Amino acid sequence: MTAALSTRGLNKRFGSLIVASDIAISLPRGVRYALIGPNGAGKTTLINLMTGMLKPDGGQIFLGDEDITRLEPQHRVQRGLVRTFQINTLFPDLSALESVTLAICERDGIAPTWWRGLSSYGAATDEAFEILKSLNLVNDCYRPTRELAYGQQRLLEIALGLAAKPSVLLLDEPAAGVPKDESQGLFTAIAGLSRDITILFIEHDMDVVFRFASRIIVMVGGRILLEGTPQEIAEDPRVREVYLGSRHG
Amino acid sequence: MGPIVGVLFDGFAYGMLLFLLSVGLSVTLGMMNFVNLAHCAFAMLGGYVTVTLMNQMGWPFFATLPASFLAAAVASIFLERALYRRLYRAGELDQVLLTIGLAFISVAVAAYIFGTIQQPIQTPSYLRGSIQIGGITFGVYRMFLVATGLAVALILVLTLEYTRFGAQVRAAVDNQRMARGLGINVEGAFAITFALGSGLAGLGGSLAIEIVGLDPSFAFIYLVYVLIVVSVGGLGSIGGSFAAAVLIGISDIAGKYYVPQLGAFLIYLVMVAVLMWRPQGLFGKR
Amino acid sequence: MIATTGTALTPHAYLQARSRWGVIEIAFWLATLLPFFLFPNYLSLASQIAITALFALSLDLILGYAGIVSLGHAAFFGLGAYAAGIFSKFVWGEPLSGLVVAAVVAGVVGYATSFIIARFRHLTLIMITLGLGFLVHELANSAHFITGGADGLQGVRIWPIFNYFRFDLYGYTAYSYSLVVLFLTFLVARRLINSPFGLALRGIRENPNRMPAIGASSRAHIRKIYTISATIAGIAGGLLAQTTETVSLGSIDFQRSADVVVMLVLGGVGKLYGGLLGAIIFMVARDQFSGLNPQFWYFPIGVLLVAVVMFLPGGILGGLSRLLAGIRGRRP
Ligand SMILES: Nc1ncnc2c1ncn2[C@@H]1O[C@H](COP(=O)(O)OP(=O)(O)OP(=O)(O)O)[C@@H](O)[C@H]1O
Ligand SMILES: [Mg+2]
Repeated sequence: MTAALSTRGLNKRFGSLIVASDIAISLPRGVRYALIGPNGAGKTTLINLMTGMLKPDGGQIFLGDEDITRLEPQHRVQRGLVRTFQINTLFPDLSALESVTLAICERDGIAPTWWRGLSSYGAATDEAFEILKSLNLVNDCYRPTRELAYGQQRLLEIALGLAAKPSVLLLDEPAAGVPKDESQGLFTAIAGLSRDITILFIEHDMDVVFRFASRIIVMVGGRILLEGTPQEIAEDPRVREVYLGSRHG
Repeated sequence: MGPIVGVLFDGFAYGMLLFLLSVGLSVTLGMMNFVNLAHCAFAMLGGYVTVTLMNQMGWPFFATLPASFLAAAVASIFLERALYRRLYRAGELDQVLLTIGLAFISVAVAAYIFGTIQQPIQTPSYLRGSIQIGGITFGVYRMFLVATGLAVALILVLTLEYTRFGAQVRAAVDNQRMARGLGINVEGAFAITFALGSGLAGLGGSLAIEIVGLDPSFAFIYLVYVLIVVSVGGLGSIGGSFAAAVLIGISDIAGKYYVPQLGAFLIYLVMVAVLMWRPQGLFGKR
Repeated sequence: MIATTGTALTPHAYLQARSRWGVIEIAFWLATLLPFFLFPNYLSLASQIAITALFALSLDLILGYAGIVSLGHAAFFGLGAYAAGIFSKFVWGEPLSGLVVAAVVAGVVGYATSFIIARFRHLTLIMITLGLGFLVHELANSAHFITGGADGLQGVRIWPIFNYFRFDLYGYTAYSYSLVVLFLTFLVARRLINSPFGLALRGIRENPNRMPAIGASSRAHIRKIYTISATIAGIAGGLLAQTTETVSLGSIDFQRSADVVVMLVLGGVGKLYGGLLGAIIFMVARDQFSGLNPQFWYFPIGVLLVAVVMFLPGGILGGLSRLLAGIRGRRP
């Protein structure tokens, strides 16, 4: 069976800084992958490359069997490759319900319709409401996003991702800035997502990584250092070195 | 042959004027992304300072130039402190509105104090007239403009390349986040650059009187030219402003000379064409 | 506008509440009929206000809902005006078909330029709109043989509407005609804003960077709203040409582009009524001070702009809704 998402020989540099060097990964369907690595390792950049927000200098990206290297970001999303952002990238003045409804309208191709009221698309709103409910956001779903608590905004990031009905979901530090006790709940919600969705998440907290990931990719200095099961990663001396070494760098 | 060289020369001299008027805006835009549509109001201020000092107080033309530079610089420091500072992080709409509002006010105030007529000045006799070289006429004042423009460009490049302050400005234009990370006081550097740039605009306003005249609509008419130069040249680039100013200056003069029925059509066409080809301008990085 | 707390509200009720007609809205539209009774001598001015309000509404659609700052929107107003004027001069003077021509001409040019507009943002976009505005202005100026250039287009004769209502000296017909067109276009705009497309536009305004990540093609949306906005601006221009039976370069110059931005900002951006309110205040004030040297007129406008940016974000409507929210909030 082909992988849900794979890359071949991805390269990217910013000036003299190499941020992606010959990246080859392959995510089988339905797995929960963690992508870890010290700050500045190039994790976010890799997501940017895979989702088309950055153009690679070389290499290829496949979604299933399809080569998506040259597709615009929105067309990758329409094919099921969806991401969230490390730094909240939301719609401050839209309510949570409106934001998620918008994502659903875009997915279903009804967003270009300007001669019918939004209220005639009840199914879209209902679905948005259900998504928000599953993430425990309904209580505040009519308030503008900027009034939501930070943790709720992180959840809304995920809700927007889910609204696109992803086959592959890339979560860039979904719990960034969330207190540790809350982040467990957040990851429990992520773990409860449908098994049809292949998930790659970036996370710095090793407890969380070992609990929720079935496989782990370690990235350092724009390269994949190694990939394996949580146990393999935990026992590998190089990983420790990287993590301890990075403190000094 | 004659007219071509003459047109090129006039266009180049005009370009030098546009360069003086626009270089400050280009650098400040590159640093802070602040859209300052009141930039030419500072130029107009410089112009009126020269007019007043010469006609009311009998100052010689050259003595008024530093005064107009200073007046524009001081006025800009005041406004930067009082208003601009609060909008650095605002959207471009707010910046556009605030600064266009200031430009409106300046036009009304100028009309109130000086009337809507063109202001006459008497440039010194040695700047008047023209000389003939190889059968081609060169206006003395325009030669003076070219010399001033080149000198200013040289001083700016040297300052930017070889002084500490210049290095800070370059770093801030290049990557503001990184510059802050290096401990550079970006706001401080910006305030100084802003004052210097406005001062240069004031100087340009004084020098422009002889060529294009001075009335309250100056703040708008030349704003358009300046914005064209800035966006064609690319933000934050002195070389870009220089090249674009020359390009626009020559296009405008040549257009009006050879195809007068097109009016100012040509420069807008040049601008739209350049921006469609290179949205970041000829020399812009972003 | 609506109570936003409480989980009792279902999503459907919430959406319906958002698009329901409010009392103030109905009162506003009833009040537009007052000039017929209260100021019968000012109907020509009222007609100009309605036309300007329509123009401001067209700008609000791109500026307030899609975040496109345009400093050259008069290009479409002027195109519509010239199209309607020239049509009446060389084809016939029937007004409704003339208005359709104005809309189509402005819309087609809007569609063509929308491909440029959609590629840019920020300062470059402002410059492009400014440049296109000046280009069209210069074009109208130099095409003297057909536009009349600086002398204005003369010889526009408009037939009675439905061959019955002739344009009278008092502006009775002119205001009725302008008001009806304004209201009908407003209905379309209002529907558009409450549609899925309207929601997508607000998304672009709120965060253009997020849009591709939810699978949206912002450029396609921008092209569409820009075309619609240009069409409406063209209708406004056509109305002006028909009701005044002349077209001057003033209908297409930078001043008009700047004025309409000022009105919209003064009234409140992105609220549909902001442009209408701003147009009323602006036009009435200018009429009151019409004896003034036009350059002095810049002073209050400039002060207003500075004041709105510094102290009244959201314009008059924004200030009012904050005031209302404050009063509501203080109630036990
Ligand atoms: N647009 C850009 N231009 C220049 N350098 C960049 C750009 N984006 C990222 N970088 C640099 O590339 C490197 C990798 O950045 P990236 O954001 O991918 O790291 P990361 O692994 O996600 O780190 P973190 O854990 O802090 O989020 C960093 O050194 C960063 O400064
Ligand atoms: Mg990151």
